[in-house]
Amino acid sequence: MDTVILISQVIMSIALILTFVRVVRGPSLPDRVVALELFSTTLVGLVGVYAIKTEVASFLDAAIVVALMGFLAAIGFARFLERGGPRDD
Amino acid sequence: MIDFIKGTLILGGALFMLLASVGLLRLPDLLTRMHATTKAAALGVILIMLAAAMHFAEVGIVARSFAIILFILMTAPVAAHVIGRAGYFVGSKLWSGTIKDELRPNYDPLTHELKSGLETQENAKRQPRDTDPD
Repeated sequence: MDTVILISQVIMSIALILTFVRVVRGPSLPDRVVALELFSTTLVGLVGVYAIKTEVASFLDAAIVVALMGFLAAIGFARFLERGGPRDD
Repeated sequence: MIDFIKGTLILGGALFMLLASVGLLRLPDLLTRMHATTKAAALGVILIMLAAAMHFAEVGIVARSFAIILFILMTAPVAAHVIGRAGYFVGSKLWSGTIKDELRPNYDPLTHELKSGLETQENAKRQPRDTDPD
């Protein structure tokens, strides 16, 4: 079980790195917002796996909070884009 | 047996997240990238939370992980819709191989107005009547 958890953590870390490449390279601001949302979703998965590894179920509450923050950030960025704030792609 | 199922769920979830990030990196424009990330990443989180529910097997924790699943299932489409809408209005370029953009002939980006397809002279001059539904 520990091996499986380690492998999955490595896989999700690679996923985070690939997502971060898109955050840096992304040609426009909406691309970066999509990448940041995927970032928070992957983080929820990492926290869930960590909860299984350490046998501490309270980490699932942290996962709920991370998911909520990611959703609110996406909504806020989208509102900002539609209002037409200053942009520097 | 339950360890095997848990391990399969965790590995499957992690692989779906990797798939989502590869799609985000490789696909050509905003809408196809969103198509890759929202679905695959939501499925990855759902699989991992199922594994957590099976691992702890207590009522409160199972309810909590199902709450996370429900939350992801409700928010991922809403966030994708809002970002896609904002991206279209901002004018992000579609992929050069795009076959059809049905919004383009009907939407005016300057006035932010959408045509309904029912604009005729008669409809423009029509007065509201008492029998109209509100």
